[in-house]
Amino acid sequence: MPNREGTVSEMAAHSAHPPGFAHQFEDMGQQREAGSLGMWLFLVTEIMFFGGMFASYIIYRALHLPAFETGSRLLNVRLGAANTGVLIASSLTMALAIHAAQVGKRKGTIIFYLLLTMILGAAFLGLKFTFEWHQDWIEGLVPGLNWAYSGPHAPGVELFFCFYFFMTGLHALHMIVGIGILTVLIAMAGRGRFNDQYYAPLEITGLYWHFVDIVWIFLFPLLYLIGGRYAMGGH
Amino acid sequence: MSEHIVPVRIYIAVFLALLILTGLTTWVAFIDLGSMNTVAALAIAVTKMLLVILFFMHVKYSPGLTRLVVLAGFFWLAILVALTLADELTRGWTPKPESWSVLLLTVRGLP
Amino acid sequence: MSTVVQPVDDLAPPESSRVHYLNAKYGVRSWLLTTDHKRIALLYLVSITLMFFVGGAFAVLMRLHLIEPQGTLVEPDTYNKLFTLHGIIMIFFFLVPSIPATLGNFLVPMMVGARDLAFPKLNLLSWYIYVAGAILALYSAIAGGVDTGWTFYTPYSSTFSHTNVTAVAVGVFVMGFSSILTGLNFIVTIHKMRAPGLTWFRLPLFLWAIYATSIIMILGTPVIAITLFLLGLERLLHIGIFDPAIGGDPILFQHLFWFYSHPAVYIMILPAMGVMSELITCFSRKRIFGYGFVAFSSMAIAVISFLVWGHHMFVTGQSIYAALIFSVLSFLVAIPSAIKVFNWMATIYQGSISYQAPMLYALGFIGLFTMGGLTGLFLASLATDVHLNGTYFIVAHFHYIMVGGTVMAYLGGIHFWWPKITGRMYPDGWARFAALVIFVGFNLTFFPQFMLGYLGMPRRYAVYPVEFQVLNVMSSAGASILGIGYLIPLIYLVWSMRYGPPAGPNPWKAKGLEWQTPSPPPTENFPEIPVVTEDAYEYAKPGGHRE
Repeated sequence: MPNREGTVSEMAAHSAHPPGFAHQFEDMGQQREAGSLGMWLFLVTEIMFFGGMFASYIIYRALHLPAFETGSRLLNVRLGAANTGVLIASSLTMALAIHAAQVGKRKGTIIFYLLLTMILGAAFLGLKFTFEWHQDWIEGLVPGLNWAYSGPHAPGVELFFCFYFFMTGLHALHMIVGIGILTVLIAMAGRGRFNDQYYAPLEITGLYWHFVDIVWIFLFPLLYLIGGRYAMGGH
Repeated sequence: MSEHIVPVRIYIAVFLALLILTGLTTWVAFIDLGSMNTVAALAIAVTKMLLVILFFMHVKYSPGLTRLVVLAGFFWLAILVALTLADELTRGWTPKPESWSVLLLTVRGLP
Repeated sequence: MSTVVQPVDDLAPPESSRVHYLNAKYGVRSWLLTTDHKRIALLYLVSITLMFFVGGAFAVLMRLHLIEPQGTLVEPDTYNKLFTLHGIIMIFFFLVPSIPATLGNFLVPMMVGARDLAFPKLNLLSWYIYVAGAILALYSAIAGGVDTGWTFYTPYSSTFSHTNVTAVAVGVFVMGFSSILTGLNFIVTIHKMRAPGLTWFRLPLFLWAIYATSIIMILGTPVIAITLFLLGLERLLHIGIFDPAIGGDPILFQHLFWFYSHPAVYIMILPAMGVMSELITCFSRKRIFGYGFVAFSSMAIAVISFLVWGHHMFVTGQSIYAALIFSVLSFLVAIPSAIKVFNWMATIYQGSISYQAPMLYALGFIGLFTMGGLTGLFLASLATDVHLNGTYFIVAHFHYIMVGGTVMAYLGGIHFWWPKITGRMYPDGWARFAALVIFVGFNLTFFPQFMLGYLGMPRRYAVYPVEFQVLNVMSSAGASILGIGYLIPLIYLVWSMRYGPPAGPNPWKAKGLEWQTPSPPPTENFPEIPVVTEDAYEYAKPGGHRE
């Protein structure tokens, strides 16, 4: 049976559209707006997804403040702060990658910034897993696996560490997915897919990457800093 | 999505601001401000978030629909937090029957 | 038309010589790799129908067991698994996707005058995700079932149940993404791809309903996702945030669960209300009464639905102050629904009414949904809820809305748009007969349950006191009639795909862009994107000239 190619007017219009154009749309402008709105709606689902855990954290912190403060003080603030800086830097390099495409820079420049973003993201994960989590494992602070804490407020501290691992774990999972997407983008950039007319995948990935950064911007103070650290004179 | 191209110097400025705020919030955590510690930490976090949203995510240059979508997301999260807290924080406001107290101690075991 | 005599081929219907979305490409790959929203709608239709009958089978077993007060058909543990799986499958794998994924997928692009949804590949992905979730749910059923109730309350689900909770939780988690992608697609399509001249207030009300539904899908589904994720972690690690031993609150699970699951019931009813607006206007040959009110009431339902979840928790030990807030808001949420019913009634009034099967389903909806909705008010009221919670009154209440409401509207919509989807007419005599069988069977099944609940029979119990037997037998008898009623359309609809008379572009003489295309439509929907110049439902002015 015949495969419909479309009306004559459609086929004429096809040649006028840039590569990457999807034919359910009228023009690239509509496609760009739709893609952006779509990613923002997805990020709203992510707000609610992480939000469920943030809401639970807020509630339990209100109910068990001393235990949560005790738990918070067991975290490594310096590493947490350093990691925050690393992630913020990766957001900068991501924004610069998009900017490079927008102003028509060579694909090498785009790839450079994307690679830098990836490396910084990987550095974040490396610091988290090999230093923070590893240290927590050694100290017996992993609920359900090797919980060995016997200090004050033990049950509540265990609840705190459930949140610590669940929330930073879910965040790390999102980082890993983001790094995967960046790999795909680098491959696309390598094939010269992006230019000052078409860079929507970069923009959309950027939105996702910045969102994951924002989650950490809240995780850092909520987990590491609201612990009455002044009482300890620095950890 | 706006075609507005944000100049690199704005990105750099935002980046530096974010680093400074991170340092600030970490430093403040070691100073005793009582209950204001929490307020300060959250205020700084919200500021950092706004910088990322407005500039890195281009919302400052985006159509109104985008802003509405972002606001809706946070507003809905606020609904979840507020109404759940309304329950969790006010359970103790009504007197419990005496006979329940024993049960509670064994279940919770927490101060 | 030519005056030359053409040989007439009685066996091949005319559209076989015309290319449309069903015959544009053949072969399994052309269906499994399609990005055409119409084909994806049919993929969903097949999967959802399958899950409906699986969920229905569990219900049949339950009703057969409940014929005797000390039923011996199944063990009590098995009975627990039956009501759990019935609920999970019917809610997550039938009702939530039903109208949006079938009728919505098929109609949304056509109603906005577009060639497809905004993200056709995401649409196909959403179907595969649905299938993956369904397979997980069916696996968990076959591998021994789940006995926690579809509500998965902790600590039973997190700590004590030895059934396949994690597997089915993952299945529902996965299915949530299908929901999210569908909603995302609809919102972007309606915002960005409307045809020239199609302003928001010229949209068919079905699209307003789908839009409101999609908002709920986007905002609510992620919360059940994270909740089930946390439940799974707690089962896996034997410790978690709902565990009282470390200060966790099992009621927090219920807050998180119902934050989605209450709006979810509006995901299930809003699209049905959208279908209703289409059916009522067409079969009354009248404009909708109060277009703005109906449109805004959909949005109001979407918003207020997120503020009432605590009414599922009145007897859990929730704070009385929170309960008061939730109770008041629950009364509020009834208002937009009532507004819709009033507007439909006003539309029918002095209309030129015809009683084809879609209209019979629509009329049934009005009565049954109203009953279900009103009984919800008894449940929103704190004092009466204490008595009625956990009884068959609740079961009857939500079945009146879900089955008497949503399923009736779904069937009405399937019949209404069947000629457009397949190019064939179904036999309306059989369809009307089936609609009546369903109506009778439904009421016989569920009205006795209101009485049972009021008299105090608890829900989710495998045994009951002997004085409740008469009403239970009535309910089971009704269930068998209802079951037969559902099988009849399955038979004649499938039959009509091959032997039904060909339908023209607009057999109902309905308004709407989808009826401007041939039946079945071509793959690209419109050869030229239409320009819209009139409001929705331009049937006839009230009191004026009738068609």
